[in-house]
Amino acid sequence: MRIALHVWRQVNAGARGGFERYDVPGITEHMSFLEMLDVVNERLVEQGKEPIAFEHDCREGICGSCGMVINGEPHGPVRRVTACQLHMRSFADGDEIWLEPWRARAFPVLKDLVVDRSALDRIIQAGGYISVRAGSAPDANAILIPKRNADMAFDAATCIGCGACVAACPNGSAMLFSAAKIAHLAAIPQGEPERFRRAYQMVAQMDAEGFGSCTNHGACEVACPKEISIDFIATLNRDLVRAELGWGAER
Amino acid sequence: MELRARIPAGPIQQKWDTHRFEMKLVSPANKRKYDIIVVGSGLAGASASATLGELGYNVTCFCFQDSPRRAHSIAAQGGINAAKNYQNDGDSVYRLFYDTVKGGDFRSREANVYRLAEISTAIIDQCVAQGVPFAREYGGQLANRSFGGAQVSRTFYARGQTGQQLLLGAYQALAREVAEGTVKMYPWTELLDIVVVDGRARGIVVRDLVSGKISSHAAHAVVLATGGYANVFFLSTNAKGCNVTATWRAYKRGAAFANPCFTQIHPTCIPQAGGYQSKLTLMSESLRNDGRIWVPEKPGDNRPAAQIPESERDYYLERIYPSFGNLTPRDVASRRAREMVDSGRGIGQERNGVYLDFRDAIQRLGREAVAERYGNLFDMYRQITGENPYVVPMRIYPAPHYTMGGLWVDYNLMSTVPGLHVIGEANFSDHGANRLGASALMQGLADGYFILPYTIGDYLAQAKFDPVDESHAAFREVELQVEALTKRLLDVNGSSSVDTFHRELGRVMWDRCGMSRNESGLKEALAKIPEIRERFWRDVRVTGTGESLNQELERAGRVADFLEFAELICVDALDRNESCGGHFREEHQTDDGEAKRDDDRFAHVSVWEYTGRGNAPALHKEPLEFEYVQLAQRSYK
Ligand SMILES: Cc1cc2nc3c(=O)[nH]c(=O)nc-3n(C[C@H](O)[C@H](O)[C@H](O)COP(=O)(O)OP(=O)(O)OC[C@H]3O[C@@H](n4cnc5c(N)ncnc54)[C@H](O)[C@@H]3O)c2cc1C
Ligand code: SF4
Ligand code: FES
Repeated sequence: MRIALHVWRQVNAGARGGFERYDVPGITEHMSFLEMLDVVNERLVEQGKEPIAFEHDCREGICGSCGMVINGEPHGPVRRVTACQLHMRSFADGDEIWLEPWRARAFPVLKDLVVDRSALDRIIQAGGYISVRAGSAPDANAILIPKRNADMAFDAATCIGCGACVAACPNGSAMLFSAAKIAHLAAIPQGEPERFRRAYQMVAQMDAEGFGSCTNHGACEVACPKEISIDFIATLNRDLVRAELGWGAER
Repeated sequence: MELRARIPAGPIQQKWDTHRFEMKLVSPANKRKYDIIVVGSGLAGASASATLGELGYNVTCFCFQDSPRRAHSIAAQGGINAAKNYQNDGDSVYRLFYDTVKGGDFRSREANVYRLAEISTAIIDQCVAQGVPFAREYGGQLANRSFGGAQVSRTFYARGQTGQQLLLGAYQALAREVAEGTVKMYPWTELLDIVVVDGRARGIVVRDLVSGKISSHAAHAVVLATGGYANVFFLSTNAKGCNVTATWRAYKRGAAFANPCFTQIHPTCIPQAGGYQSKLTLMSESLRNDGRIWVPEKPGDNRPAAQIPESERDYYLERIYPSFGNLTPRDVASRRAREMVDSGRGIGQERNGVYLDFRDAIQRLGREAVAERYGNLFDMYRQITGENPYVVPMRIYPAPHYTMGGLWVDYNLMSTVPGLHVIGEANFSDHGANRLGASALMQGLADGYFILPYTIGDYLAQAKFDPVDESHAAFREVELQVEALTKRLLDVNGSSSVDTFHRELGRVMWDRCGMSRNESGLKEALAKIPEIRERFWRDVRVTGTGESLNQELERAGRVADFLEFAELICVDALDRNESCGGHFREEHQTDDGEAKRDDDRFAHVSVWEYTGRGNAPALHKEPLEFEYVQLAQRSYK
């Protein structure tokens, strides 16, 4: 296959970026998308040029490192997969492919396709946990959890923190990401004591980081590689209302 | 160098308890006066940082990814072992201990393994309390599955994403401590050297991967939780960033390296396809619960799997090992797969795999039940190969996966450099010559939540510390060395990319020091590696500058270390003139092709000490004694 790439190149956070075009011959359809980028980068290095910076680690769709907008879609054209799980067989010979970093106010671009997503960590730090000291837990089977609840918690907990939902959202909102954690911990009894405080503080942090608000576009759910359901946002909103009435008012 | 394992006296069941009582404590008010550096935020590092923070120590934690949640532990699939005996199938702490010592082919320390088995149950309690959504039965109780090397069901799991869920639990505990101010987190920061002052580890030198700035951090103790080195093979199931840099540079500062040649080749990975491949993907061992492994009976049989009748299939593991069947330990299953492929019975277009077939499981349990157990693995397989494993059997082949070797530590998890502790996959500790499935997660969390937080207190309470901070001359000296190395890499300005050399090294390691090894192959590798290394330093091309985000430079530093470290692996493999677990020396096998140990000469840990550039490393031996599990030829028949 031969394709052409238009890649966002930006030297650093302060610099102005722009697209650069690369002609890429000699690609096979079995390659993963990132392996294709590896090939491009090796060729650039051989020419003494700086390779394209992009984040990646596991290359199995679980660490959440990779993230780029491919032809206008976060993680590219195939639904339910991350950029690292894409294969060139999803593209055709002669395609022109546009690559950009996540674009959102809360995710400043650091270089080429690499953005700073530390705001997501700070949302979790604001309350996305259950407080339990090591060694103080009761027997694991002491509290029974119906399979339904455990499954629901799991479905929400599979979020990989990639930020595609933010990139997809016209408002740059992190609602789906936050809702996933809030719904995970709200589905199980262990999460109950801190439930409303958690929702209140995480949403407050989200606002402080400059993420936009949610206007129910639903673009996040479409972009999410882990099929995190937009229904979790309803859970978040319910908990938030109760938090404002109860826990928030107490403060 | 003196190796003091510091294993407590007394019966094995009481060693840890006694030891906990005898260790010195740091009083609550004094804890915040101690600074502890933790490098790594995987299961081991995140759990240790969170727990040390909870205890009140002043902790700084580092990782090279942009967030601690992305540590390689996130990718673990199948599960975590614990001797809960919730299935009432005869499990016990003693049985988990026994299985692990035997599974490791009698090359681990009994006392450590017993402690691990003992702590395993508290780990599950802790994780459930944190909200880890383990699989459950309809009655609300926790579910279990079986893993290789065991005849009981003791593995806890969260679909095929157990590592993710456990790591997020630890990451969230860490996040809470960051919010509390007890832990300061430095993501996107790579350790490039350890600073030793007056014989004690007192800090580290790091590079900020975004700005490129090199700086120092001082502390009273340093903990390495930097994971394993399977990427020395280039192609492995590990994440791309996994490296040996932290442990290797610690080695050069005096921390001895134990059993580097104990590497694990995992039997069930997607076979390689093409020369551009960047990594191999694991298909969890849990699949062997329900999948059956087979090859065609006749070499060169080209028919599609569905057209090969039952009578012409060889379910070779079930045939050779009737009592463990498809659940033999990894080293055994891997070698047998290779034997099948080498005898011409490999399957797939490149004839480089064996089948892992779910036909019978789907018939027995229904497609839905199979999807419930392994859905995400099946999806992943389909995504990568374009084939549907519900319909055609998976193709699998062994691949480098885990490293049992690592920095030598005593019972307190301290290396030969006082104050330098090593936890998780980075140490050599508990798995001997072969790790059983679902035991790495257990070990990482045991080290981080339940062992190190106690033992480090014992060190801190007893050591006399001179006031040392980043302005100490030792820090400046190491910083200068690190800066010089960075500059050297950038200055070569040759013509080949970093990956070219890594690939070449990987090939040599896989061919000569992979699934099986022999004297002449190892000697060949030992001649070849320095030659690649020399070429690397003459011809590598690292573009960009040191004062910016530069991924080529990061990789170059890691590959430079692999190029040195690979030699130590081969030296160790050559020295260990026996077969045991994952270390299979072709010269030493039983009549039916199993690993043949030589307990008279090799019932020891091989501990290598750095003796300076260009010098041969010095070998020390920690003898292993087996009081509780009788030394015997492993049998899974
Ligand atoms: C695909 C796969 C599946 C697996 N499945 C299972 C399973 O089902 N059950 C099981 O028990 N085990 C499994 N394992 C093994 C297990 O996942 C690992 O052994 C374990 O997670 C290692 O944890 P760790 O905390 O020691 O290191 P890691 O999770 O590798 O973390 C290393 C940390 O160190 C940091 N680091 C490394 N070098 C540096 C440096 N120089 N400077 C700064 N930071 C650094 C990294 O940023 C990272 O935070 C699996 C492994 C793989 C590859
Ligand atoms: S919700 Fe989905 S898109 Fe958003 S961070 Fe999580 S996995 Fe990524
Ligand atoms: S590289 Fe880990 S999710 Fe893509």
